[in-house]
Amino acid sequence: MGASEVLTDPSSLYDVGNGEYSDTYTMLTVRNALASVQNGESERYEELVQSMQIIKGADHAVWADLVTILNALSGSVACIDIIHHRKLLSSVFGMSLWDLKPHVMEALVGLLISLAATSGKYLDSCLNMLIGHFVPPRWVIDRLSQRRVIDQKTDVLSQVHGAILKISLLVPLAPSRLLPMLAQQMPKINKKDNVVVMYVENLFKLESSPIGQVGSSMLFMMVMERLRDLDLEIDWDDILQDDSSRGMFDMELEDTMNEGEEVGLFWNLMYQNTSGGNVVFESLDKLMVISFDHLESCNLDGRLDQVFEKLFGAFENFILNTYKSKVSQFLMFYACSLDPENCGVKFASKLMDIFLSSNKPRPTRQVSLSPLCSNVSYSLHNTLVLMTTWLMSAIAYLASYLARGKFLPITYVATMLKRLVDECADYCGACNDDIRPEAHQIFYSGCQAIMYVLCFRMRSILNVPLFRSQLIPLESILMHRLNPLMVCLPSVVAEFLKQAKAGGMFVVSDAFIFDDLLESELSRAFGGPERLDTFFPFDSCLLKSSNSYISPNFIYWSMVRPTYEEDDDDEEDAEIIVNGDEESDEEEEEGDLDYSMNKMSITPKHSFKNKMERDGLLKMPSMIRPSISPQSF
Amino acid sequence: MEGLKLTNAELLVYIHPSKSGNKLKAICRELSSLLFQYDEIFDGVLLAFDVTVKSKGAKILAGLNPYFGVKVEASLLLFNPKPNSLVEGKIVKISPETIHVIVLGFSAAVVTDIDIREEFKYRMRNGEDCFVSSSHKRHVLKVGTMLRLQVESFDEEVMHIAGSLLPANTGCVKWLEKQSEEALHMDRDDHKRRKIA
Repeated sequence: MGASEVLTDPSSLYDVGNGEYSDTYTMLTVRNALASVQNGESERYEELVQSMQIIKGADHAVWADLVTILNALSGSVACIDIIHHRKLLSSVFGMSLWDLKPHVMEALVGLLISLAATSGKYLDSCLNMLIGHFVPPRWVIDRLSQRRVIDQKTDVLSQVHGAILKISLLVPLAPSRLLPMLAQQMPKINKKDNVVVMYVENLFKLESSPIGQVGSSMLFMMVMERLRDLDLEIDWDDILQDDSSRGMFDMELEDTMNEGEEVGLFWNLMYQNTSGGNVVFESLDKLMVISFDHLESCNLDGRLDQVFEKLFGAFENFILNTYKSKVSQFLMFYACSLDPENCGVKFASKLMDIFLSSNKPRPTRQVSLSPLCSNVSYSLHNTLVLMTTWLMSAIAYLASYLARGKFLPITYVATMLKRLVDECADYCGACNDDIRPEAHQIFYSGCQAIMYVLCFRMRSILNVPLFRSQLIPLESILMHRLNPLMVCLPSVVAEFLKQAKAGGMFVVSDAFIFDDLLESELSRAFGGPERLDTFFPFDSCLLKSSNSYISPNFIYWSMVRPTYEEDDDDEEDAEIIVNGDEESDEEEEEGDLDYSMNKMSITPKHSFKNKMERDGLLKMPSMIRPSISPQSF
Repeated sequence: MEGLKLTNAELLVYIHPSKSGNKLKAICRELSSLLFQYDEIFDGVLLAFDVTVKSKGAKILAGLNPYFGVKVEASLLLFNPKPNSLVEGKIVKISPETIHVIVLGFSAAVVTDIDIREEFKYRMRNGEDCFVSSSHKRHVLKVGTMLRLQVESFDEEVMHIAGSLLPANTGCVKWLEKQSEEALHMDRDDHKRRKIA
């Protein structure tokens, strides 16, 4: 046997130079020490365990000894027994790379790889120990401003990731065991520090490595879940409370090119308003930023397209049906902006597919079933309700996305609108007599979506005769007995009608002027308990650093030139342009700056009770400066 | 290569009502969740399966979620290397004390120096780690070689094989097969000579 040869003639084991002789000797010693436990003489073994303890301020010789011992152990893994050598193993697994010098780190990592690959028993412990290094100890976190500490962090993490990769190469099933552990060890949300961000940095590193090929889905799920949790931790309503002049199409937060004092003041006020939520804000912001950076690097590597599928899966799972999230969804927006032709189009198509899916529940009357089937009917009814809100959410996302995505070509927006219009028209033809808003929620969502998108894109759509002709069925939809103009959110309807009239799309009677009403009983009815009637997920991103990534690709309301806007060169009054034969070179003319200053948008607050507040709508709050240069779309 | 077997099984797969639109997909999904895991009932690690749906109707379970059970007939490819059986895999790493092998692309196998026969000596050739046979110079084990090894034990949880190169019929697959071919030829030649004589 090979081993017996070692015990008698160490020089035959290696065909290398004399320098290795002492290593062989140590290997012998270590193996003998390990074996001795079973013979009942544990002296040498105890010595061995003792020499593994790290003493603070130990000198170079002690470290060197430790290295030789670790190397010898690496070669003797088969001699380690999980029961007899428990002390040794717990000593090994209790060590931390953060405490070790580089050459000792290497030796320990070598031992871990050996342990994990040679025997299945230690695989889980090794992986757990490596994952435990993702978050540095407190003393490192406190000193992260120092260059030396930053370098150490880089060293340690590169060793850790290198080890995980090597183990995965030797043990192909290691990644599948690794992923659940990653989920388990993920730090919870902490009001004190942002360790979550550091942990997620490591997750992204894994995603970029070969392990990402198998674990991508799960990694993105983990990240999305944390983003959502952080998002929900923040009471956004509480923050927006301060800015009382909130209303549809009124004031919007913009990252202006001339960042004056007022804008800075707003960010500060917003960050301060949260009670103890400062850290959560920062964590969420940082997490979004590293996610954006990761998506960008995926794009540079040319794999954003594949990553997008997994990303969308995670989005569908965690974000799509969470109506209170304000920021997390921008991850999708950013991914789309990086690659509009593939990801940008895919996102809208997938949302549209959800909306058009054949499992869509058709409106039915509430029928009471016999008690025998009551359980089944109850769960089926719940399923129906969930599906409806699912579809409504998808439609709200689609609408907000088509309206706000600066990178979306108008042809694509027009195509999507056409499909929506056709679908709503089909519905009109096939619907029943029930006139309650709750019975036709999906239809009203669809109509509101069309109107919302047109509020932003009306001018560009009407400029192209083909797109204009595709919208012809819209008139009959809006005039249908289901009366979407009465049921949909009044602020959206009012703005839409105003633009439709000015653009000459069709003429409507004056019965639809709403007196600046934000929402109504009917819109609340169709919106349901989650208030999906006032759900505009891609309204301005409210986090500072995240917003800087988003704003170059984002259409702010102030950038939109509504059709009723008067142009300097236009001699005719807005009211007379009913036939809508607009000049095609209108887009090159400057719009009326002051008029558009007064119009911006934000998601309305859920309870808009005070009339006094509403009166303040038209006044500009001193805190926010609007953007200077509107562009037309 | 031993340890692989093909079996037929009759299974009952329970499917959630929402998946009733595409039953085959749901069944495949259920069975896929068992892949590369050791199953006591099947007595082996499931590597691949092929299903056909047998029943026309299905029984609905009573309860809040009305799952329904579909009878299927499946042929299953199972892997269960018993001790002392032979398996083959590709060498991925060699060190003076161990040889790491990957079997069937998913199972990690390790042969430690205690289980490598005397014939093989560790050498460093051209910067590459390898084990060379002292009796047959051309019998070399290095990274990328297909290795035939005997199974000592199989850890079902992690799919880890502890292997041995002690028996004479273990080693580089190519070399062993060439040996056995030559032996066959020699036998034939011997036989001819004896016939003539």
